[in-house]
Amino acid sequence: MENYFQKEIETASREEILALQNEKIKKQVKHVYENVEYYRKLMDEKGVKPEDIQSVEDIKKLPFLTKADLREAYPYGLLGTPLNDCVRIHSTSGTTGKRVVAFYTQHDVDLWEECCARAIMAASGTSEDVVQVAYGYGLFTGGAGLHGGSHKVGSLTLPMSSGNTDRQIQFMMDLNATILCCTPSYAAYIGETLAEQGYQPKDNKLKAGIFGAEPWTEEMRQSIEKSLGIKAYDIYGLTETSGPGVAFECSEQSGMHINEDHFYAEIIDPDTGEVLPEGSKGELVFTALDKEAFPLLRYRTRDICVLTREKCSCGRTFVKMCKPMGRSDDMLIIRGVNVFPSQIETVLLNEGYSPNYQIEIDRKNNTDTLDVMVELTQEQFSDKVADTQRRERELEGAMRTMLGIGAKIHLVPPKSVVRSEGKAVRVIDKRKLH
Amino acid sequence: MAIKQISAFMENKPGKLSELVEIIADADVNLRAMSLADTNDFGILRVIASDTEKFKEIIEQHTVVTVTEVVAVEMPDEVGALSKILKVLGAAQINIEYMYAFTSATKLGAYTVLRVDDVAAAEELLTGHGFTVLTEADI
Repeated sequence: MENYFQKEIETASREEILALQNEKIKKQVKHVYENVEYYRKLMDEKGVKPEDIQSVEDIKKLPFLTKADLREAYPYGLLGTPLNDCVRIHSTSGTTGKRVVAFYTQHDVDLWEECCARAIMAASGTSEDVVQVAYGYGLFTGGAGLHGGSHKVGSLTLPMSSGNTDRQIQFMMDLNATILCCTPSYAAYIGETLAEQGYQPKDNKLKAGIFGAEPWTEEMRQSIEKSLGIKAYDIYGLTETSGPGVAFECSEQSGMHINEDHFYAEIIDPDTGEVLPEGSKGELVFTALDKEAFPLLRYRTRDICVLTREKCSCGRTFVKMCKPMGRSDDMLIIRGVNVFPSQIETVLLNEGYSPNYQIEIDRKNNTDTLDVMVELTQEQFSDKVADTQRRERELEGAMRTMLGIGAKIHLVPPKSVVRSEGKAVRVIDKRKLH
Repeated sequence: MAIKQISAFMENKPGKLSELVEIIADADVNLRAMSLADTNDFGILRVIASDTEKFKEIIEQHTVVTVTEVVAVEMPDEVGALSKILKVLGAAQINIEYMYAFTSATKLGAYTVLRVDDVAAAEELLTGHGFTVLTEADI
């Protein structure tokens, strides 16, 4: 039996959804044009007026927004309502210089939480469930989103936040958690720890898990499902559009339904910006149809994926997106955190190292590893082992400050980082995610 | 006084030491003494060579090197010789960063190389206590 949080809209006909989207986009473009000066300028530059947008078909006339715009407009430049109407701020995990902050009115929080509630119910959640939220709480949207969604469903919410695995396990067992929400790598880690503590998968009461915020493979899904004795569901979202719950998986586990009543999705050619026909592989672009405080139109996610409209056995009619198959820029997602190679380069140059480096990413025991090979210069070398080890530790500290996650530094002799002709191969990603 | 030691930085990977040693052999430089310090990631090869300048020039083309002055002291062939040397330095608060021993075929004897923070003071002390300290000429 399928669970729906808002059955009427989740199973509405294509025509009904389109009609709703068309009605919302007209209002939304007007709202943005009138209230967001930054976007109004972009529209004026392109010669597009709000009245040019009469349906979602016309969205392709609108200018794109990128992460660079969000940084430029930081903090208030894309705000669509007076600050006084906002009730919440969240921030992206990315640490490329300025953070990106997103604002929410109560209406925005409600629609976001409803999206998360749909995800929880699609993962078989009901008011009878105990939902253990082991995503980080705070500026990160993961904790707040699923927490709010769980409340909306009426489940008993266990707001654990991330970390302290022994306590996670104790509460999971003592309080009979039935649904676990966290990053897939943390779910895998919890599974391993349970096994180390002598628990069998059948010993816990979990039936489902909702895992997102970082890329994961089908193999990882199977391994998590086995170790926890659950069914594992994917969830997608980004702070820029609200947070997790923009799209969610149903029992079919063959892609994530996009909440089309709130988010209009396009697939574009990342090089030309041209909208691609249905079923094409390209960059995913979202338009928030009814968000008030942070109403991004045509936001380029950089995620490469495919949309499909095949009939789903769950009964939902929302379009499905596949797991993102990569990114159209050089951003890396490591342990759920956005990392740019340029950040690593900045640290090296600041600390007096040569810009010859190589980044190696791998996934060991379901956790991402980040290793940076850095060439030592003549002046930096000392005959004492402790001096070089201290240098590695200092550089690791500087990396952690910049990236927000730990990196293992390996100092190597000059010229030992492989030089290539043309574009340097700075990143070796050994993770098999796609 | 004091003798010159050359240190070369190396990756701790199979074959790296062999590569370096082959380069040295091809260059016709003799190694008088040698020690290798290693960590998981890297190693530091420390060498006292027959021709410091030439050795440095060759190795510099392959990795980073540094030349430091160290004390090389002859160890009398008797029980407790090393202990006496260390006691003399310890009593004077001279810190030893690291040390290694070598034997010489030409001069027949055992020697220890000491990397200390104050080379001049260490040499003066050891000479004062009757130990023989090597000079560049001896190498």
